[in-house]
Amino acid sequence: MSTIQPVAGQDEQHPDVALVAQVRAGDVAAYDTLVRKYERQIFRIAQHITQNREDAEDVMQDAFLKAYEKLDQFQGNSKFYTWLVRIAVNESLMRLRKRRTGKLVSMDEDVQTDEGSVPRDFADWAPNPEQNYTQAELAEILRKTIQGLPQGFRVVFVLRDVEGLSTEETAETLGLSVPAVKSRLLRARLQLRERLTRYFGRKTPAVAPAAAAPNGDGAEA
Amino acid sequence: MTCTEFLTILDDVLDESIAVETRTEIELHLRQCGHCEVVLNTTRKTIEIFQCHEVYELPTEVSERLHSVIMEKCKKVR
Repeated sequence: MSTIQPVAGQDEQHPDVALVAQVRAGDVAAYDTLVRKYERQIFRIAQHITQNREDAEDVMQDAFLKAYEKLDQFQGNSKFYTWLVRIAVNESLMRLRKRRTGKLVSMDEDVQTDEGSVPRDFADWAPNPEQNYTQAELAEILRKTIQGLPQGFRVVFVLRDVEGLSTEETAETLGLSVPAVKSRLLRARLQLRERLTRYFGRKTPAVAPAAAAPNGDGAEA
Repeated sequence: MTCTEFLTILDDVLDESIAVETRTEIELHLRQCGHCEVVLNTTRKTIEIFQCHEVYELPTEVSERLHSVIMEKCKKVR
């Protein structure tokens, strides 16, 4: 599912540039191509922020429509995808605000925590620990794990590590400084690692029932 | 290199944006510190798992429905 886009060279034009030009010239079919290309990413980002399926669907629709309406304002200084993500993030935050009856929602929410900034669990993982779970079980574990992160960390991790934006693009999209993105990314990564260790960490070897002596001094398995 | 120093550059290590001269120091620290080696490997695996597995899937029928609505509305705009 890696969504990291191939980085175009300095002189190489990103394929979206031509599509955007076509849309501006009135070719709606070219926009159809852009929507198909990015709809899954936009939906995922919206779902990660709103944590609500219905809202994520609405955000996806509104973000693509807004991008289409405002395409003339797109300067081309950033990639079309980054610009689209910024619109989707703003739409998602607006949805959250509506759900919380107008309470201000920001990227700084809940980030004043030291949780997970220092690793505590040093249990190693088995090789490919995800193979011990079905796809549905694994998806549930990953959902629970990432939902537990403060929003300000979760969004940075999703944009930077899952959706493949650069640190600078993530900073620009969220209106944060590069050092703030780096700091949140490290803490997000460490917190997720810590939480996943609960599922994937090698357990301390248990006492094998057959070898366990009544006085409890049985050999370790 | 101490564990705290290693932790401050962990992101750069993960993103492979470490200066050549620091690499030897890191390798030396990792050979001596099992905890930091585990933290590095399991954090790397954490990122990989989230990149390779869908947390929120967009089912094809939902995608088609939303896609139709978006394109329909776009056609009305211009």
